[in-house]
Amino acid sequence: MRRGVREFVTVALPLLAALALAPLVYSNELLLFNFIMFLILAQGLNAIYGFTGYLPFGYVGFFGAGAYGFALAVMHLDATPLPAMACAGVAALALGVVLTPLLRLSGAYFAIANLAAAQAVYQVISNPALQDITKGPYGVTLSSVFAPALSYGVALIILAATLILVAWLRNARFGLALQAIREDPVSAAMAGVAVVRGRTIAWLLSALIAGLAGGVFAWHISVFYPETAFDLSFSIFAIVFTLFGGAATQLGPILGVLLLYGLYNVIGITVPQYFQLIYGVLIVLLVLFLPDGLASLVTRRGFRVP
Amino acid sequence: MLAHAILSGLVFGCYFTLVGLGLNLIFGVMRIVNLAHGDVVMLGAFAAFWLFALIGLHPLISSVIVLAAFALLGLPVYYLVVPRLLAARDSEMLSIILFFGVQQIIEALATIAFGTSERSIPGRVLGRGPLHVLGQTLPVAWIVSAAVSLLAVALVYLYLYRSRVGTLTRAVMVSRDEALASGIDVHRVSALAFAIGVALAGLAGVFSPFMLGSATPAMGGDVNLAAFAVIVIGSLGDPRGTMLGGLIYGVALMLMQTYMSAWANLLPNLLLIAVLLVRPTGLLGRQVRRA
Repeated sequence: MRRGVREFVTVALPLLAALALAPLVYSNELLLFNFIMFLILAQGLNAIYGFTGYLPFGYVGFFGAGAYGFALAVMHLDATPLPAMACAGVAALALGVVLTPLLRLSGAYFAIANLAAAQAVYQVISNPALQDITKGPYGVTLSSVFAPALSYGVALIILAATLILVAWLRNARFGLALQAIREDPVSAAMAGVAVVRGRTIAWLLSALIAGLAGGVFAWHISVFYPETAFDLSFSIFAIVFTLFGGAATQLGPILGVLLLYGLYNVIGITVPQYFQLIYGVLIVLLVLFLPDGLASLVTRRGFRVP
Repeated sequence: MLAHAILSGLVFGCYFTLVGLGLNLIFGVMRIVNLAHGDVVMLGAFAAFWLFALIGLHPLISSVIVLAAFALLGLPVYYLVVPRLLAARDSEMLSIILFFGVQQIIEALATIAFGTSERSIPGRVLGRGPLHVLGQTLPVAWIVSAAVSLLAVALVYLYLYRSRVGTLTRAVMVSRDEALASGIDVHRVSALAFAIGVALAGLAGVFSPFMLGSATPAMGGDVNLAAFAVIVIGSLGDPRGTMLGGLIYGVALMLMQTYMSAWANLLPNLLLIAVLLVRPTGLLGRQVRRA
């Protein structure tokens, strides 16, 4: 456990400090916020994919559920931002509970079913028939709670909590049990690991993280459409960032976000097709030649990556 | 109205069988998920469109050209990507991510080459006037597309169950390791199956302007979801199941569009999840649960 604290202090604290001070010297706060959001999403996905091996292709479903949980609480209950954030978490957790039976599926079946579930939630929320409740495809406006500085701070707190969670998972008994389940569920069960409970907890934790990310996203940008909140690229980006850096490490997803999302902002905004092309080639090369991510370059030589 | 919905559902079901068939063959033989399937369908649609717009080629003739060309295109892709992928630790999972990358490449290149505007081929090219079937009227283009789809399904069935390579292919489907141990050239068999799968996707693309509406470079994602729903309902890996899945999907889609059109786009997702949860092996399937 002491190692977990050390990993958190050496990797996560400098990052958090840099992100907290960055708005003082860099004026594009939205960009910094997006970095934080993708750091949260990549680490949340890391908690389920890295430690249990389930690839949630529809991870964005939780993000969108969180965003709409926040928006609905503000619009219909006149909630202030912090209770609305709680609603965001609850919405994502509820979706996570509903989708828990999907964990019975393995491999590609789980990924596809999860993708379909996220699409289904999107289609329900954006359906014009529900315009009175969700505003359907026309998007929501939450200008009454708009508070960029405060929401930036809350996003940082969520990121810190997520990083603590990953540092804990890497070093605690529970995280080791999860990795044992990932490698071989039958042997893990025989060794006395509660397989179903372990998976379910990891699943709900990562759903909660994505929901909170979605809630704080809704709060920070305050005007959005269902196709923004349920954009499949959130899932894809989170997966690729995590994979690129190295799943089941704390540093890997951070490196993935900083390098790849940085690259996206340099070329992706102006010429999206060319970024898409580079991105596709990068993914193919990554899977073929470096399936365990950048971290494996170091771990292969016998060093431990925090 | 009910009779019309069911009949057109069956016609669309035949076409959706074709849409799922290639994806299913590749998954069945190699246990990899070709997430770029929908984008190959898109390329088939654009091939048919340009062959028609530039030299006025009839789609039925284009379909033969597309079949051959896409099969030839599939072979090098197989040898470049798949053997390396199958050697990896968790190839099923990694294949999803890898073919997502391929999908991005295809979509980006298609957007750069063709732009984002919608392209379509007029339905009258496949035959004029509506056709009367069992007291209902259906466009001729639908019937022709369904007939071609049925022909393709029959040919794939003959290939798998009446030819020597087909027997070897089914052996690889059942157990890759045992097939390897009994001296089957697994890579040749898989490469053939991959090429056929890609060619079938191209063929489905040729008829997509008549069945799914106009073609755009971004259509791949929706096609994918439909194809996944079809093969999961039927059961992954089994070509007979694909037919069943396609027909169920087609009829359900038409019933939804007739009676609850606002919610029709929810259908593939809900069917997929429901089938996976109630009977994760598909309607004609084998074991997929773990632990």
